[in-house]
Amino acid sequence: MSFLTIYKRELKSYFTQPTAYAVIVIFLLFSMIMTFSFGQFIKVGDASLEWSFFFWHPWLFMLLAPAVGMKLWADEQRNGTVELLGTFPTSTWSAILGKFLSAATVWLIALALTFPIVITVNYLGEPDNGAIAAGYLGSFLVCCTFLAVTMLVSAFTRDQVVCLIVSVFVCVLMVLCSYDDLVMQFSKMAPTSVVEAFTSFGVWDHFSSLNRGLFRVQDAVWFASLIFIPLLGTSAILSAKRA
Amino acid sequence: MIEVESLTKQFGTKLAVDNLSFSVKPGEVLGFLGPNGAGKSTTMRMVTGFFPPTSGDAKICGISIVDNPAKAKTKIGYLPESAPLYQDMTVTSFLKFCAEIRGLRGSRKRDAVERAIETCFLQNVARQSIDTLSKGYRHRTCLAQALLHDPEVLILDEPTDGLDPNQKYEVRQLIKRLGTTKAILFSTHILEEVEAACTRAVIVDRGKIVADGTPAELIEQSGTGSLTDLFRTVTTRDTEAAA
Repeated sequence: MSFLTIYKRELKSYFTQPTAYAVIVIFLLFSMIMTFSFGQFIKVGDASLEWSFFFWHPWLFMLLAPAVGMKLWADEQRNGTVELLGTFPTSTWSAILGKFLSAATVWLIALALTFPIVITVNYLGEPDNGAIAAGYLGSFLVCCTFLAVTMLVSAFTRDQVVCLIVSVFVCVLMVLCSYDDLVMQFSKMAPTSVVEAFTSFGVWDHFSSLNRGLFRVQDAVWFASLIFIPLLGTSAILSAKRA
Repeated sequence: MIEVESLTKQFGTKLAVDNLSFSVKPGEVLGFLGPNGAGKSTTMRMVTGFFPPTSGDAKICGISIVDNPAKAKTKIGYLPESAPLYQDMTVTSFLKFCAEIRGLRGSRKRDAVERAIETCFLQNVARQSIDTLSKGYRHRTCLAQALLHDPEVLILDEPTDGLDPNQKYEVRQLIKRLGTTKAILFSTHILEEVEAACTRAVIVDRGKIVADGTPAELIEQSGTGSLTDLFRTVTTRDTEAAA
């Protein structure tokens, strides 16, 4: 139950400080600007929201998700409160889960606040709402993946800025390394096996299939492992730091 | 009851705590003295379960901190050296969080928080945000956190550090009062504190116990009637250690 206590504390701290508001507002603003400008939402009449709306999410998350996750352990280590957590009768895992889920909740709220676009497409056309739901799921999972990566990075450092820079770098790599235009460029330069190994860390394959309303086992496995492995790493780093 | 059994901690090639053994019975206040870097904080971190020992064990009320950390931690109240706190919380909400993580709910939580606020004289700042508090109040807030669950064992790392003379006096009286029923281990640099609050004291140097006894015995041992003289003869000075 201590995991719930930690979750509540973390979530509250996002909203007593400006972090969550800033990130949510910027995300909403940019996702709408992208949808209506480059996404050509009106002109194309994209009722599935696949290209006009969801397509932009990984690009925004790779920059904004680390801003939400960076404090999770960095702050705790800077303030020394990690020593309090470590001596409370609670496991490291409840802290990891509580913190991770609180950051994920901030993003769930951000995504939920894009609801006017769903109302708009339903008003203007007849979209497949199942596919839209799948698109949201894909977006959320990409976001959770980036948060998990950020959490792992934050376990290494007590400096939030270092954490932000390094995690943005990793997330940008995860977005670019499987982006079609770039993959075509890579494949001219490197052998197929190398390109395949590299692109398997990318989000697009898994994100796009969900975005098209497709539920595949390999995507579920990919997201589950890319979220779970960094969390496992976080736990290992935190205990290694005390040994 | 604290029983420390040949506790050892090695960081890389540096032996921070070297085969340390001692015990603190209920009703006893053990002063833990020693120069900076002697291994006092490291020992306390091992006893509280924050650092895993390289070898050896500490038993809290008969429960091993190595084998059964979750249960042993419920018996301990711990004030870390820097009195770490969550800056974004108010004193009351911080204490409520700590009480909840210790498994106190409902009226038991309310009573525990109220009692701790009273014991540590925090009534005036109970609703204030922690980042606006002065050092003395911060220290006492963290001390209050250690008392919430009325633990049988108290481990206080420099509880009077950074307090003004009035506050130091209050905290010493508090330690003395709590020490009549609990087992208390506290570290300090201030030798007068030993006579004022301890029933027994040990001096550690480079991870080993170099003197052990009641304040009266230690003063006798010094030959000159001064604890400072004893401290200076049995511990290594920085200048010597470097030479």
